[in-house]
Amino acid sequence: MPQIAIGADSYAAQFATLKGTAPAAGPLGSLRDDAFRCFDRLGFPTTRLEEWRFTNIAPIVDTPFQAAGAAAGSGREVVDALRPPRSGGPELVFVNGRFAPELSDASGLPPGVRVRSLAATADAEAGGLDALAPYLGRLARFERHAFTALNTAFLADGAVIEVDGGVLVDRPIHLLFASSSDAAPVLSQPRVLVVAGASSELRVVESHAGAGDVPYLSNAVTEVSVAENAVVDHYTVVREAPAAFHVGSLAVRIGRAGNFSSHAITAGGAIVRHEAGVVLGGEGGECTLNGLYLANGRQLVDNQTTIDHAMPHCDSHELYKGILDGRSRAVFNGKIIVRLDAQKTDAKQSNKALLLSEDAQITTKPQLEIFADDVKCTHGATVGQLDADAMFYLRSRALSEAQARQLLIHAFAADLLGHIKVEAIRRQLDALLLERLPMNGNG
Amino acid sequence: MLEIRNLQAKAGDRQILNGIDLTVSPGEVHAIMGPNGSGKSTLAGALAGRDGIEVTGGSATFKGQDLLELEPEERAREGLFLAFQYPVEIPGVNNAYLLKAALNEVRKHRGQPELDAMDFMTLVRKRMSLLEMDDALLNRPVNDGFSGGEKKRNEIFQLAVLEPTLAILDETDSGLDIDALKTVAGGVNAMRSPERSMVVVTHYQRLLHYIVPDFVHVLARGRIVKSGGKELALELEEKGYGWLDAEPARPAVASGVSLHETSTA
Repeated sequence: MPQIAIGADSYAAQFATLKGTAPAAGPLGSLRDDAFRCFDRLGFPTTRLEEWRFTNIAPIVDTPFQAAGAAAGSGREVVDALRPPRSGGPELVFVNGRFAPELSDASGLPPGVRVRSLAATADAEAGGLDALAPYLGRLARFERHAFTALNTAFLADGAVIEVDGGVLVDRPIHLLFASSSDAAPVLSQPRVLVVAGASSELRVVESHAGAGDVPYLSNAVTEVSVAENAVVDHYTVVREAPAAFHVGSLAVRIGRAGNFSSHAITAGGAIVRHEAGVVLGGEGGECTLNGLYLANGRQLVDNQTTIDHAMPHCDSHELYKGILDGRSRAVFNGKIIVRLDAQKTDAKQSNKALLLSEDAQITTKPQLEIFADDVKCTHGATVGQLDADAMFYLRSRALSEAQARQLLIHAFAADLLGHIKVEAIRRQLDALLLERLPMNGNG
Repeated sequence: MLEIRNLQAKAGDRQILNGIDLTVSPGEVHAIMGPNGSGKSTLAGALAGRDGIEVTGGSATFKGQDLLELEPEERAREGLFLAFQYPVEIPGVNNAYLLKAALNEVRKHRGQPELDAMDFMTLVRKRMSLLEMDDALLNRPVNDGFSGGEKKRNEIFQLAVLEPTLAILDETDSGLDIDALKTVAGGVNAMRSPERSMVVVTHYQRLLHYIVPDFVHVLARGRIVKSGGKELALELEEKGYGWLDAEPARPAVASGVSLHETSTA
């Protein structure tokens, strides 16, 4: 595959340069080396791989992205324009994957919570990364995943959130990853590590946004460790620039009686791929994966989820909804694995898509691999249009056709909105859903 | 108020209305009765602008305007209200939200200022007590999980809030028990006024004990075959609809003229 060779060669040269300019000793250095070897071996995925069958990433492979340097990035104005509404909690800003302390505010955290950049953590003290070693690059496995390998190979910065056992963080921690290319297409590689101690509780909001007409690739990896009885509520809001590409992986491990929920909102970007992989690794764990994907024009949005029930008595709830307009396409692939030991598993999965135009398309596939015999697993997928009877009912109540559409589109997403506990995000989503309308028909 | 002349309409591929003539003057209540399949709901749908009902001939003017030219929402803003036979469940849309949006659209059209939340709630509470409605229904999604009676009550409640000039009640009585029927009828009667007209479409004459019409029309095979005062409803109760098959349809135009004379007399 010449395509892959070109991509890989370009990144090999960049990797060599990185090693020359920013040599990392110790575990981080060997992690990068391992990761690059994997990337080099795997190459970019093609549609011949089952997980990528409906997502052709040729535009990503064909673009010569340059790994963002330490000084690269946008100024305050660009970031301010991309800044999502906040709810008063701390906010860390990253520009093209690099921490921007002057744009960030990490104050007001209770004791027992550390929110830092990965670079600062690595510099802070000798062995600063040692405490993270069991998680960093371990939850998000790169051996079989080219994009995760690429991210890890260039691992230099990112957000590290550590919460000590028993600590409740009452305000959401916001992370903004702003990306933009100046002249040449930039490879921005956001990285997040969340380590939630036993019986701790926190809420994290990741916003991925960008600006400009030059394409960039945001290749994000987030790792979350949910210790015993901890509660983590996680939000991903992807609003990349129209010409941009976003590939994100969320890798989570939930300990005994831990509770993790993810709300993945994917709205902007030419190609957006979001993967969520959760391992229920302790008895009595609970996992919620919710997703809302919005696409228009010629956008492609691909959601891949894997919930691995490795232990007994765990529950998982999964609800993904898509609103597709124009000539957009969406892919949903929901895999649920129930291991032999995972008796009394209760897993529910549902994917619903609303097609607003004749040319929009959805490919949806549930994938259940069940090895235990005493389990409850349900899955369902529906694809539909706006209900004509409901449209007429609303119009007969004096609402314009546009208002009626808007109301029904909003209503379609209402149950997902109801699960969002960060008011600022809910408001942002309301606005996003309203934005859908004027674009209709132009796609 | 409403003038229907020789109205013909298709629902899907089937010709349902074969020349309806009807004149409704301000303040009048007209009952339209008829057996299943006679075209009652098609008539109501054609007047409200329902998709899938194609008017193939004739005319309908509402307050001097060509009703058939207007979009459904324009008809509503002009003051036409259809109480649905089968109110649509809309999960995710809050009942109060819809009602406020609807009312403000109507008010905007009338050149009135939009109501703020407080004034809106004051009006709503008044109208809710009229229909003995539970407060909780207001904050539930539109008709979602409502009982049959609650849905019909909600329709009349909307009518009471929106204060249309012409209300078309499409089988509002069907499926109601006697208590619910009395409540709904009470709501409708409270909204009767010299400026407001109503067209009550029903299969059963029982409703007309509670909403006493000024005129009764019998619809069969897409035509009005008989018109009269409220006593016609009693006759129907006695005789049922079976005799209609024997009765030839009266010429459409003649029926229209006679009605016109009656209603303006």
